[in-house]
Amino acid sequence: MQAHILEGGFADQPIEASHAFRAVMTAMARPGEILAVNGAQPPAPLSPAAGAVVLTLCDPETPIFLAASHDTPQLREWIGFHTGAPFVAAQDAMFALGTWGALPLATFPRGTAQFPDRSATVIVECDALSNSGATLRGPGIKRETQLSLPEVAAFQDNAARFPLGLDFIFTSGAHLAALSRTTKVF
Amino acid sequence: MSDYNFAYLDEQTKRMIRRAILKGLAIPGHQVPFASREMPMPYGWGTGGVQVSAAILTPEDTLKVIDQGADDTTNAVSIRRFFQKTAGVAVTEATAQASVIQTRHRIPEADLRADQILVYQVPIPEPLRFLEPSEVETRKMHALEDYGLMHVKLYEDISQHGDIATAYAYPVKVEGRYVMDPSPIPKFDNPKLEMAGIQLFGAGREQRIYAIPPYTRVVSLDFDDYPFQPTKADHACDLCGAQNSYLDELIVDDDGGRVFMCSDTDYCSTRRKQGHVGAQGLPYAEGAT
Repeated sequence: MQAHILEGGFADQPIEASHAFRAVMTAMARPGEILAVNGAQPPAPLSPAAGAVVLTLCDPETPIFLAASHDTPQLREWIGFHTGAPFVAAQDAMFALGTWGALPLATFPRGTAQFPDRSATVIVECDALSNSGATLRGPGIKRETQLSLPEVAAFQDNAARFPLGLDFIFTSGAHLAALSRTTKVF
Repeated sequence: MSDYNFAYLDEQTKRMIRRAILKGLAIPGHQVPFASREMPMPYGWGTGGVQVSAAILTPEDTLKVIDQGADDTTNAVSIRRFFQKTAGVAVTEATAQASVIQTRHRIPEADLRADQILVYQVPIPEPLRFLEPSEVETRKMHALEDYGLMHVKLYEDISQHGDIATAYAYPVKVEGRYVMDPSPIPKFDNPKLEMAGIQLFGAGREQRIYAIPPYTRVVSLDFDDYPFQPTKADHACDLCGAQNSYLDELIVDDDGGRVFMCSDTDYCSTRRKQGHVGAQGLPYAEGAT
């Protein structure tokens, strides 16, 4: 293990995790809203925002799936050291991490009729995030808003399965946005 | 402050609660199980709300805690002190100045802003529990969206009392899918469940967390010929004269004398400071209570 694997975590975990969680929670409650998160300096290719999300939400109780785009030995060691989360195949994942094209969406758990909460949260690394492109409507959105989604059909399909479904956190650099299964995408 | 981890709970517990909150927001009205912890207060005193607040607080937050609308009751005071001590957060009694409001059984009269978070203490999160005691069965009913029993209950109210007699914990349907218990708030507060702020519900003893994101559709269950009606005492506040706030009725002497006053103490005192005076109120004076 190299020394820099040990670095890049939260310097003051309770405080920085509380800030990062407030951003993630606000994003999930208000789909389309873009927020800044900082405190994490993960090794490439993981963005600081995705790193902060992993540090805030993942621990030995949360199996993670790394898509091919992010399945590097260095990243496995970094996540393993800082969170202790086990790495699993897509069908067992509670969290999934990767770029849009590398994520096998159809394979992730979408919850059960009685426990729709037992579904994967997908962290999607994006080149950029902006309030343009697809139109979003639904809970958390006053009328409608725009978000630069990688595509539309996958999210329409996801919303159609409500209350089952996946929830998405989009990350780019130090920013994140989210989209829950309740959001209607046009 | 340094004797405790920030906001009392350990980090792994907070992560577990935080994950439950996120799934709750993603599935509005659905009760997410969580591993409720032993807190330094008994179950029934707001341990669910306290755990949710502990998981969402940041050091910059300003916390307000109300118990049936009042800032100065035992439960509210002790929870406020708990977070002052363990999280070092600022506290306030003014609704407008708070960023996080933990509440037992009321929604503040003033409309909440988009940057405010309301955390409810919930005793029984399952709206169907008094109709069907088995958790296995109620979970199945939620899965199948089988809420006929709840309508039978409301119908029986009408057949026995001539009206829907349920006055608090009035069931709502969230975003057209899950029937949810809004905690024992008076049904007067139900229309305010559609708000700009984030609403989080924590039931400590029953180990459930659920949530309503901002601007989510929340419909109180009713019938076409017996529409939902938010009710309050047919009176104005005797202290501040407010016509449209939820009132507490107090017996004040041995002769049956009574006073109606706003249950939301901050709303009432704010109005009195503005110069409003009710039928039995005295003009506001600095330093007087």
